Amino acid sequence: MTVSESTLPRVAARPRPIRMRLAMTLAAYGGLAIATCLLAPLVGSTPISFTRVFDRSIPFVDNVDAQIFFVARMPRVLAGAVVGATLAAAGVVLQALLRNPLATPFTLGVSAGAALGAILVISFGGALTLGPLSPVPLASLGGAFVAGAIVYALATRPGRAMSTSILLLAGVTLNAFFSALILFVQYMADFTDAYRTLRWMMGDLDVGSFGPIVGTLPLVVMAFLIFAALPSSLNLLSVGSDIAATRGVDVGRTQRLAFVGSALATSAAVSLAGPIGFVGIVVPHLVRLMTGVDHRIVLPASALFGASFLVACDLVARTILAPVEVPVGVVTAMLGGPFFLWLLIRRG
Amino acid sequence: MSLTVEHVSFKYDAHHAAGAFALHDVSVAVQRGSLTGLLGPNGCGKTTLLRLMAGVLQPDQGEVALNGRSLRGIPRRELARQVAVVPQETHPAFDYSVLEMTLMGRHPHLGVFELEGPDDIAIAQDSLAATGTAHLASRPYATLSGGEKQRVVIASALAQSPDVLLLDEPTASLDLAYQLEVAALMARLNRDRGVTMVLATHDLNLAASLCDSLVLLRAGRVLAQGPTRGVLTGALVQQLYNVEADVRFHEAAGHLTVVPIRRSP
Repeated sequence: MTVSESTLPRVAARPRPIRMRLAMTLAAYGGLAIATCLLAPLVGSTPISFTRVFDRSIPFVDNVDAQIFFVARMPRVLAGAVVGATLAAAGVVLQALLRNPLATPFTLGVSAGAALGAILVISFGGALTLGPLSPVPLASLGGAFVAGAIVYALATRPGRAMSTSILLLAGVTLNAFFSALILFVQYMADFTDAYRTLRWMMGDLDVGSFGPIVGTLPLVVMAFLIFAALPSSLNLLSVGSDIAATRGVDVGRTQRLAFVGSALATSAAVSLAGPIGFVGIVVPHLVRLMTGVDHRIVLPASALFGASFLVACDLVARTILAPVEVPVGVVTAMLGGPFFLWLLIRRG
Repeated sequence: MSLTVEHVSFKYDAHHAAGAFALHDVSVAVQRGSLTGLLGPNGCGKTTLLRLMAGVLQPDQGEVALNGRSLRGIPRRELARQVAVVPQETHPAFDYSVLEMTLMGRHPHLGVFELEGPDDIAIAQDSLAATGTAHLASRPYATLSGGEKQRVVIASALAQSPDVLLLDEPTASLDLAYQLEVAALMARLNRDRGVTMVLATHDLNLAASLCDSLVLLRAGRVLAQGPTRGVLTGALVQQLYNVEADVRFHEAAGHLTVVPIRRSP
């Protein structure tokens, strides 16, 4: 946050150059993310030793600690990092696109589409696989793309800026519609399937191996390549679309890229781990409190902090009631819900 | 530098009220270094004309040209280095600082992945100084008063280093003191920096005190245009607003003043 003016009366700010702020942010949040990803796999039902994990003198086949670290726990931690980073980044981009700090990656209806796809396959079966993607993630990707395409088609008109109010309304409506369909499918399904769909809706980072992560990686990489070009345009877009246009921003193109990028990111995250709520809103707001609101800082910082945040939440999820595991979506919501309310009270 | 609008017609599409805010065959020539006022009743097309001049909208017919070059052929960033806009009100969705808001004016001068350097910061601080807001640089924009906000947005537009500044009712939401303050600022920037300005306003006395030429718009057409003294007359004010007004030179103020008397029957 900026320094309160009351402590600096009539003194021109001596701002820290953006390059230095960016470097410091990347170092701090990057360091935190790496540390979290290296420390989280150490914690679990079987205690393992960090030095033993990285002890090169023991062959991997004999090093049980390293096997637990890399094979049993690391995929889950990495899934948390990827999902946390994509949801937080998508949240930042959507909040700027919609000029609404309360938007989340799920505002677009993409996640409800993904959920419907996943739940249809869970309830009615399906055996299609594509590379490392099994039927459920594949169906949720399909559902996400269908939902994204519907919202996109409604909100855009050739040669004109995107209507962010239609984007918001279409997303919210689609969310409600798909949620109703999901309830209907659950109601029609038998108890086992209904439980499985319920469990899927709570979010789960236990992906089992690196395969599913690799499967969604192309989408995640595409999303982040798109995001990389956006931050300074998002700054201006969040000030106003006319201002942005007259400062040299191609408003229509920026809006389309922001939408497509966040839809890809959300689809990838939801297909990998189910709809994990609150990451996309809590993380950007926490980061803004710490770094200020410049998107060139907030976007990378949120991605890195989102990774740390979700890995940490998942650590809580699998240890707090061990051996019983709390769904990670429940943990993020229980942390995120009260925080969100606090933000609203603070805004009021 | 000259900005010309030649036989421009424009209509918003069917989603807007039929014919509202449309322009019909409008021609305006803004001379280099001039301060031109756009006057007219609500819905006459002032803002639309400004948005066409800024290249935000494209005319259906006719052409807007900068130095004889059609805006259609000028890339967005290049245009933004020459023409800057100050909207009526600016409400950022996030809590940017005054300096951050001002630095956004450097956007058209930077590459996609380029971050602003010391030169850009110097230009931003110079723009803040020119608008008397340098001491506010580290303040969150949202905490400023209306007049301070408007001066910061003008500073942000100045940071674009433009030749032309388009202002849409920049004093509309300000009290009398701030109106005078912003008016003085505009006069100073026009005089000292040679910035050509086009100003849409409802404030006839502001236009009379500031502008060297006026364009009167009614129902999307040019009713009259020319030097302020020639155009700001009781007869034209009556035609423009349907209001009888007393227009006379005010010795103390040093410019024409307009006192509305009554609505014409």
